[in-house]
Amino acid sequence: MNELLQGNAACARAALDAGCTFFAGYPITPSSEIAEQMAAALPKRGGVFVQMEDEIASLGAVLGASLAGRRAMTATSGPGFSLMQEHLGYGMYAEIPCVVVDVMRGGPSTGLPTRPSQGDVMQARWGTHGDHPAIALAPASVAEVYELTARAFELSDRLRTPVVLLYDEVIGHLRERVDLAPVSPPPAARAGPDGRSPYAAGEDDVARLPDLGSGQRFHVTGLGHGERGYPTDDPAVVGDLALRLARKVERARAEIAWAETYRTEDADLVVVAYGIVARAARRAVDDGRARGMRLGLFRPRTIWPFPAEAFRAATAGARGVLVAEMNLGQLAVEIERYVPRGSVATLLRADGRPIAPEEIVAAAVRVTDGERVVA
Amino acid sequence: MSDLRQYLRQDLMPHILCPGCGHGIALRSLLRVIDRGTIPLDRIVLVGGIGCSSRMVGYVDLRTVHTTHGRALTFATGIKLARPELEVIVVTGDGDGLGIGGNHLIHAARRDVDLTCLLLNNATYGMTGGQAAPTAAPGSRSTTTPGGAREPSFDACRLVEAAGASYVARGATSLPLALDDVIAGAIAHSGFSFVEILSDCPEFYGRYNALGRGPDMLQAQRSRVIGPRPEIQLGVLHQRPPALEVQAT
Ligand SMILES: Cc1ncc(C[n+]2csc(CCOP(=O)(O)OP(=O)(O)O)c2C)c(N)n1
Ligand code: SF4
Ligand SMILES: [Mg+2]
Repeated sequence: MNELLQGNAACARAALDAGCTFFAGYPITPSSEIAEQMAAALPKRGGVFVQMEDEIASLGAVLGASLAGRRAMTATSGPGFSLMQEHLGYGMYAEIPCVVVDVMRGGPSTGLPTRPSQGDVMQARWGTHGDHPAIALAPASVAEVYELTARAFELSDRLRTPVVLLYDEVIGHLRERVDLAPVSPPPAARAGPDGRSPYAAGEDDVARLPDLGSGQRFHVTGLGHGERGYPTDDPAVVGDLALRLARKVERARAEIAWAETYRTEDADLVVVAYGIVARAARRAVDDGRARGMRLGLFRPRTIWPFPAEAFRAATAGARGVLVAEMNLGQLAVEIERYVPRGSVATLLRADGRPIAPEEIVAAAVRVTDGERVVA
Repeated sequence: MSDLRQYLRQDLMPHILCPGCGHGIALRSLLRVIDRGTIPLDRIVLVGGIGCSSRMVGYVDLRTVHTTHGRALTFATGIKLARPELEVIVVTGDGDGLGIGGNHLIHAARRDVDLTCLLLNNATYGMTGGQAAPTAAPGSRSTTTPGGAREPSFDACRLVEAAGASYVARGATSLPLALDDVIAGAIAHSGFSFVEILSDCPEFYGRYNALGRGPDMLQAQRSRVIGPRPEIQLGVLHQRPPALEVQAT
C-alpha cells in the first residue's frame, strides 16, 4: 500500500508485524509516538502495553516479559537510554532477547529535546559496564526504519541479546511516501528444552533458555554464571562466558554487518555517513561529481558491530575518507581503526542541526586540499 | 509437613547466609507456605533484587530470576502482565526495595498488579557490609553512620498502603508461624500484596550496635512485637478488594 508514513510510526508498525506483543515505556521526545501507537494497537490484538515509572523500570518490565515468552520492546531517547544501561547489560549477560529503540536527540543531559543528534553511537556500544557484545542498527529512511525494526526482532530472538535501533530525531519525525512489503513474524526459535542447563550454548554460541511459563525449573541471574545458570566467579567459567558472548555476535558479524555503498567504485574520497546525514551525503556525492570530484558514499546500516569488511572493500581504492556525523566524532574513532593513519577527515556537528549537502561538498573540497577536521 | 529441603537446590549448598541471619527463617516460612500446596509449583516464579535477602530466591528449586539492585518489581511486573497465570513472588530487602527501588515499590503498589512482595527489613545493607539503610533506627550505628543515624526512617507498610496496595501486612522472624499466615494471605490475595518481614543481621547491624548474636536479636525483636500493646504491630494491617485488575486481555 502506497502511503505517507512517519519514521516512528513505521517503527511501531514493524514491531507489531514482527510479532511484538509487549511494550513498556516512559514518555520522551522524540520517541513518544512509538509508545503512543503501541498503546493504541497492542490491547486490541491481545498484547500488553504498560507505561512504567521510568526507563529503568521500562526495560526491566521488557526483560521480564521476554523471559515469560513475549516478543518485547521499549523506545526512548538519550536521557532514557542512559537510564536503561544497567538493564541492557543484564539483557546481554543473561541472554534475554528484546528490542530497544533510541531516537537520538541533542545531549548530554536534557540537551536539545526536539533537535536531532547522533550522540549515542558510543553509548550504544559501551554504555553499560563490563565487556559485552553490542548490536545497533541505523536506518536512514522511513522504509528502512520498518525493515530494520523487523530485523532487530529477528536478530534479537536468534542471538538472544538486546538489539538497539539507533536513529536521529529527523528520521523519527520524517514523513515519507512508502510502499512497504509487510513482514511476518519470524519463527519463535527461542525456547530451549532443558531447564537443567539453560546456558549450555549450541554451536552458534547462543544459550537455550526455556521460558518462565514452560514449567521448566531454572535460574536466571546477572551474576557470573555457568551452563547451569547458577552464580559463580570461577575464572574459567566466567572467562569462558565473556568470550562466548563476544563470539556469539562476532560469529554473526558477516551476516549482520549491513552497509550500502554508492558510487564508491572509482571514488577518491569516500564519505561515511549514516541516518539522516547519509541522505545529505548521497546528494553531496552527486553534486560533487557534477563539479568533477570523485566522491562516493559508504553508509553503515549496522553501526555495531561495524561492517569493517564492507568498509575496507568500499575504500580500497580511495585516497581518503570523510566522516560526517552529528556528534564530535564517535564513529570516526571506530573508522580510524580500519584505515591508514591520517587518512580520516571529519565533518562534525553537535549543535542540534542536521548536516546539509552543500556543507559536505564544501568539506570534500577542503579535504581534497589537505584539511582534516572540518568544523 | 514434608521435608522442606526438597524445595531447595541442594547443589548450591552451602548457602551464603551467615549463622544466625534472620533471612533463613523467612525463607523457611515461605517454603512452608509453598508446601501447603495451594499453588501449583510449576506456576510459581520467584524474583529477587540484589542483597542477602534478594539472593535467597536462587536457592529455591523453581523458576527463579535474580535481577538488578532495586528493580525486581519491574521484572515481576513484566512477567505477570505477560503471563497472568503465573504466581509471581518478589523477595526484596530494605535497601533494595525502599532505598534504590523505592520508586518501583510505590508504583507497583499504585498499579495494584497481582504480585506478592516480601520485603525483608533488617535495618541495614547487609550484603555490602552494614551501611545505613533507609529503615535504620535513628541513633543506630553503621559503617556510614559511625556517630549514629541522624535521618528519620521509613515505615514501609504505611508507605505502601498510601501508595495503593490492596494487601499490606507485617510479620516477624521471631514469630515464624504467624509469618506463614500473612505470607499465605498475601499470595492468596489478588492485587498488589505487600509483607514487611522484620529480620535481623547479626553479622553487621547486631555487631555494630552491640545487640548480641542471632538468638539475642530474635529475643529483642520478639519483645517489640508481642503483648497487648506491642511497639510494632504485626498481622494484616490493610486489606481491600483490588483496585482494578491490571492484566493482559
Ligand atoms: C546499582 C547498584 N548499586 C549498589 C549495589 C551494591 N549493593 C549490593 S546489595 C546492596 C544492599 C542490599 O541491602 P538490602 O536490600 O537491605 O539487603 P540485605 O543484604 O540487607 O538483605 C547494595 C547497596 C549494587 N549491587 N547495584
Ligand atoms: S550480612 Fe547480615 S543480612 Fe547478610 S547474610 Fe549475614 S547476617 Fe544475614
Ligand atoms: Mg537489609
